Amino acid sequence: MRKSLTALALSLSIAGLAAPAQAQAQLTGTLQKIKETGSITVGHRESSVPFSYLDADQKPVGYAMDLCAKVVDAVKSELKMPNLQVKYQAVTSQNRIPLMQNGTIDLECGSTTNSVARQQQVGFSVHYFITSVRMAVRKDSGIKDIGDLNGKPVATTTGTTSDALIKQNERGKHIDVKNIYGKDHADSFLMVESGRAAAFVMDDILLAGLIANSKNPSDFAIVGPSLRDEPYGVMVRKDDAPFKAVVDKTLIGLMKSGEAEKLYTKWFMNPIPPRNVNLNFPMSPALKAAFASPSDKGVE
Amino acid sequence: MNYHWDWQFFFQEADDGLKYYEWVIAGLGWTTAVSLASLAVALLLGSVLGVMRTTPTRWLVAIGDTYVDLFRNIPLIVQLFLWFFVVPELVPDKIGIWMKQDLPYIVTAVVGLGLYTAARIAEQVKSGINALPRGQRFAGLALGFTEWQTYRYVRLPMAYRIVLPALTSESMNIFKNSAVTYAVGILELYFQYKQIIEKTSQVLEITIVVTMAYFMLAFVMNRMLAFVEKRTRVPGLISGTGGK
Repeated sequence: MRKSLTALALSLSIAGLAAPAQAQAQLTGTLQKIKETGSITVGHRESSVPFSYLDADQKPVGYAMDLCAKVVDAVKSELKMPNLQVKYQAVTSQNRIPLMQNGTIDLECGSTTNSVARQQQVGFSVHYFITSVRMAVRKDSGIKDIGDLNGKPVATTTGTTSDALIKQNERGKHIDVKNIYGKDHADSFLMVESGRAAAFVMDDILLAGLIANSKNPSDFAIVGPSLRDEPYGVMVRKDDAPFKAVVDKTLIGLMKSGEAEKLYTKWFMNPIPPRNVNLNFPMSPALKAAFASPSDKGVE
Repeated sequence: MNYHWDWQFFFQEADDGLKYYEWVIAGLGWTTAVSLASLAVALLLGSVLGVMRTTPTRWLVAIGDTYVDLFRNIPLIVQLFLWFFVVPELVPDKIGIWMKQDLPYIVTAVVGLGLYTAARIAEQVKSGINALPRGQRFAGLALGFTEWQTYRYVRLPMAYRIVLPALTSESMNIFKNSAVTYAVGILELYFQYKQIIEKTSQVLEITIVVTMAYFMLAFVMNRMLAFVEKRTRVPGLISGTGGK
């Protein structure tokens, strides 16, 4: 099955290469698709604050959306198509990869971790954000470190395995936690809020967003060491080097010029729509390093 | 579509030391446990409520009708959230904390799914009993049976046979509906499905496998009850041709 598919893919790509090569300067992959259809489709999330989410007017906004707007500008000038039509398509964490593969979206701007497993399916730009997996606790619980979690229920959202991360950490080796799972981040956070779970282990930026939007933000704290650093990248189609080059060049340019940092400040250190909450989330040393030397190496 | 097919990932080790196919099997186990336990609750409670709604006693009918109206008109996932998040906050603190920290999650899931399905089964049992000619009850009473005995020996054996096809679809539904319990922390098949997608990104393979697994569960239930239907058929009665 795999062999025949590979053969099919090969013959298709050869056919695809051969035909337009005569017509115009050898465009391939996504760039060719954009040129031919006259439009580019940007995949966005609906509630990945502050990366990519819907504002009060149901318009996709966010840090990643701002970065992608620059990428779209670069595509316009690269293809000399100033009137390129830009379409937006909402995606979820379940459908973003199939929608990228079947050509529904050309660029995904959200909060997608660049992992080695995902690289089997799709490609990633250089990283524009580094998140650390940490834990949110109630301040009155007295929990300060992973060691304090022994025997306690720990919430995480379907799709991550907190016990594996805790076990991997040096200080967590000898403790046992009871894992409980929320349907989404809001549910997992509610578990901590209502006392069902002692801690919620998740990407720190998402925890900061949940805390900032909770009834009493001062009741909660993000504590403990980073269990794992995860880099976010713009998702593109796999093995599409020319398009990825445009995306990377744009992002690296923004990082070098300091514009990316300005966008960061706009979304992470200032009140943002729709409720004018300030996440107050300063740039981490890991992200500063990522801006200084951009990389697209995925995590295991 | 340039999808990277890889069926072998099922045999790869996940980060908890188990292999992915073992995750699927664990999920199947929980799905079956939650479904069968809920079905038991639903059949028992649904039958009691269904009978109550056909008695001559008005307050019993009122209780049964209210129950059905209440539980049939609220979406299943909302009911599960009510049991999981709201009820523990309404009871005295001590019980609430016990519910949140010590009560196994499967109990909440079985109560939620069982009570929801009971309302649907009550409706079917009631229509089965009402489908019988009134003369059956009178004949029973004339023979000296008590009201309860007319149910036990005359009406219920007939009523269950009439509604068995409807009960069959309800029993299949419960397997499909059990997917919702992932929302209250049950590590069942749909939960494992989401987990595996997130871990491996092999969306199509795992979707195919999980689809087939749900189909098999519902189908086995269907065949088992079709067998029951065949075995319990009374030739010449009501639907003589039913349960083929």
